[in-house]
Amino acid sequence: MKAFISIAVTLLLIWALQTKFGDIPPVGKFLNPATGFWNNAESKHQNDEELHLDGLQGKVIIRFDERRIPHIFAENDHDLYYAEGYITARDRLWQMDIQTRAAAGRLSEVVGPKALEVDRYHRRMGMIYGAENCLKGMMKDPESKLLVEAYSDGVNSYIHHLKKRDYPIEFKLLDYAPEEWQPINCAYLLKNMSETLAGNSDAVGMTNDLKVFGIGTMNDLFPDQPFHDEPIIPAGTKWDFTPLPIPKPSASFIAQTSGMQSKEIIPGIGSNNWAVNGSRSANGYPILANDPHLNLTFPSIWYLVQLSSPTVNVYGASLPGAPGVVIGFNQNISWGVTNVDADVLDWYQVKFKDNSKNEYWYNNRWNKTTKKVEEIKIRGQKPLYDTVIYTHQGPVVYDNISQKPKEGHTDVPVGDALRWIAHDASDEFNALYLMNRGKNYKDYRRALTYFSAPAQNFIFADKDNDIAITPNGKFPLKFRDQGKYILDGSDPANDWQGWIPASQNPTVKNPPRGFVSSANQASTDSTYPYYLNWRFDLYDRGKRINDLLSAMKKATVDSFLVMQMDNYSMRAHDILPAMLKYIDPTKLDKEQAEAYDIVKNWDLHFAATSEGASIFNAWWLDFYHMVWDEFDRKDLPMHYPSYDRTEKLLLTDPGSKWFDIAGTPAKETCGDVLMKSFVESVNKLIKEHGLPGKNWQWGDVKNTHINHLANIPGFGTGKFFAGGTSSVIDALKDDNGPSWRMVVQLGPKVQGFGIFPGGESGNPGSYYYDDMFATWRDGKLDKLLFLGSANEESNRVKSTLTLSSK
Amino acid sequence: MLFIIILVLTIICGYFFPWWFAVVIAFSMAFMLGKKPGVTFLIGFAALFTAWTIMALLKSIPNHNALATRVAHLFQLPNWVILLIVTAFIGGLVGGMSALSGILLRKAFTK
Repeated sequence: MKAFISIAVTLLLIWALQTKFGDIPPVGKFLNPATGFWNNAESKHQNDEELHLDGLQGKVIIRFDERRIPHIFAENDHDLYYAEGYITARDRLWQMDIQTRAAAGRLSEVVGPKALEVDRYHRRMGMIYGAENCLKGMMKDPESKLLVEAYSDGVNSYIHHLKKRDYPIEFKLLDYAPEEWQPINCAYLLKNMSETLAGNSDAVGMTNDLKVFGIGTMNDLFPDQPFHDEPIIPAGTKWDFTPLPIPKPSASFIAQTSGMQSKEIIPGIGSNNWAVNGSRSANGYPILANDPHLNLTFPSIWYLVQLSSPTVNVYGASLPGAPGVVIGFNQNISWGVTNVDADVLDWYQVKFKDNSKNEYWYNNRWNKTTKKVEEIKIRGQKPLYDTVIYTHQGPVVYDNISQKPKEGHTDVPVGDALRWIAHDASDEFNALYLMNRGKNYKDYRRALTYFSAPAQNFIFADKDNDIAITPNGKFPLKFRDQGKYILDGSDPANDWQGWIPASQNPTVKNPPRGFVSSANQASTDSTYPYYLNWRFDLYDRGKRINDLLSAMKKATVDSFLVMQMDNYSMRAHDILPAMLKYIDPTKLDKEQAEAYDIVKNWDLHFAATSEGASIFNAWWLDFYHMVWDEFDRKDLPMHYPSYDRTEKLLLTDPGSKWFDIAGTPAKETCGDVLMKSFVESVNKLIKEHGLPGKNWQWGDVKNTHINHLANIPGFGTGKFFAGGTSSVIDALKDDNGPSWRMVVQLGPKVQGFGIFPGGESGNPGSYYYDDMFATWRDGKLDKLLFLGSANEESNRVKSTLTLSSK
Repeated sequence: MLFIIILVLTIICGYFFPWWFAVVIAFSMAFMLGKKPGVTFLIGFAALFTAWTIMALLKSIPNHNALATRVAHLFQLPNWVILLIVTAFIGGLVGGMSALSGILLRKAFTK
């Protein structure tokens, strides 16, 4: 009897230790040192290895440098991308799995019902539909097909040989297993990027604004051309093409929306790139810099790699899960990207015939809808079947209000179909394939024609001293302001009427000023014949970059690095003197007067140690929200006028009616609002950080941090002390900032420099998980090891992995 | 003797079988070699406690305990040593209960 009880207790204990309770991983499975997390602890030491893998055609030599960046040398392209897939999976398998799961709306399968709304949203906005179309485009092209298939085979070869004990720690924590990598997963990664960089629309808030204020006010407060303007293609550049006829504006109908809070689009994503030609560089050859800004996470969004075969030798940043280098250089050229943010996502109000929603009104007759049933598997529950209605425009993301979650997605209207560039067939991998092999300007231009979305400002420099920049993607041919507001889905004139020919995308080669640059600002001046968008990011960073470059005669890699870390605020430069003019120091108390002195003597740099930066930042935000109090409505999601428009109001129209605060009997002016916002923001700073002084340092006031991709406590950096803000070149704020900094000196022998916040390994138990973080935080770059051949001697090579077929 | 056998077999088998195979080892060895139930429990406990500690340290020390520190933070433990003790204790409990079951079963047969 005793024996029976004892055995029963033991079995119960084993069962309990093998089972996942809520969010707690199975304790025995996770903690035991044989197969649990202890086994994920890696030594810093690197060993030489030799592996035999199915499916390789020849021998592949992979050399690892002191950052454990792989330098892959293969005898043919198939083996090259196979090895890239294999080695990327070895370092980043869980990240690849979770990112594709997120895009495909399959998170609930592994984390349960808490991810259901996220999954439903991704399904309903057509991420699968888009990825399937994207895959079709890729598979039609022999190069892309080879890339994607070989890469997927490499990933799967790694997965097939992976023992449970060696699963990445996140699989053990969440208690699930890796699954076979499908070629469509590569497409999901592109859809992920499109969602991040080209998946927003202001149309909901803008449509409400229009209803409240009328078109006159809208044209005044939301102009198509900014006040402070510094277009990417230098103003006055001539367009050497005959444009297609522009579609006529439709007899527009403004759709109705109701009942939710608008997501405020926080200006913040702040990528930069620039290049000078030999006339402005110390050694007479071009230098190119790029720092794409994204949400910063561990593992990092980027994975560094050198790829070499008889057809290519390229170095740069890749996206784990996607073959090829996205931003980088080879012996002849270098290229980089920032986001364009063209309007490639529009909403169409749909009129259904009846509640069955089988038909909708379009082109003066009833048309059939199609319905797609999404099966969402949920861990620990029965699957959910969700029907999504499609019109010819695309999916009706929410066809009734009950489908919409209470929180979030406030920029998504109810009852409207989504037309989005990410739903179209495309072949971005071919663009990367060609760019990686590019030798000159002609190759660059050819590669760009294959890149649809998310549209990027592709900057370029080569050793022949050509420099260029092209806001590039597949842009719909539109009438002016088409999609600024929600469109009437029954009117064919509202549909996208074709495409801007790729050769007519805005571009400039070797401009007289000797440099090219972009920082997400407006692409062109008003002479460009086509409509891309009514709003872009502010001019601040672009203007600062151009000011610095204009003054530069003998640029070096170091001067570019200094620029990447620059935190001079153009906004403060433009408006702080005007703001200070209105402050009467005699009306301030002692602490407020102290704060006034600090900000008056501030050097306009958002340095980590700056106290003035904290005051200016708080003051500006308070002022901005006080000016536009008319837009703060609980009942209706509204879109706020831009910072740019606010600056114009402050500088040119201090008597404007907008300065009057609606809730007060007095009639406020610009000066009143500045005084009131100054006092309130300083009082807030005192309340949160104590009396003016060291506690007010910008690096402490702002909350800079990098989290693990799944926000696992202990796996990120925690808060760290750093400068920068969204409107300066070093646009580092909260957990958003330069995800990769690169500077490339072209010439007879190319030399690249770069760093990203994180490390090559995705394993929190690896030294190489975050070994680049400190270098990045301190504003330094690594000299990148660009090997000419597999056998080139270098004391920076720490180990070699040889792959060959079985 | 029993202690050494369970300890060594647990470490060796840890590289080939799932972690709960330690149950089979402690159970069968205690069945064959165990004497008094109380002492056998303690031997089983101590053997797995020690085996898991050694196995964890073999991985963790070359790692400078970086991962263990992160995971300790995740479970809101003050440091990695506590995490190691928790790990070893769970191993010990499994080992002790298995050994106890083994000896009690033999006693049930031999009565």
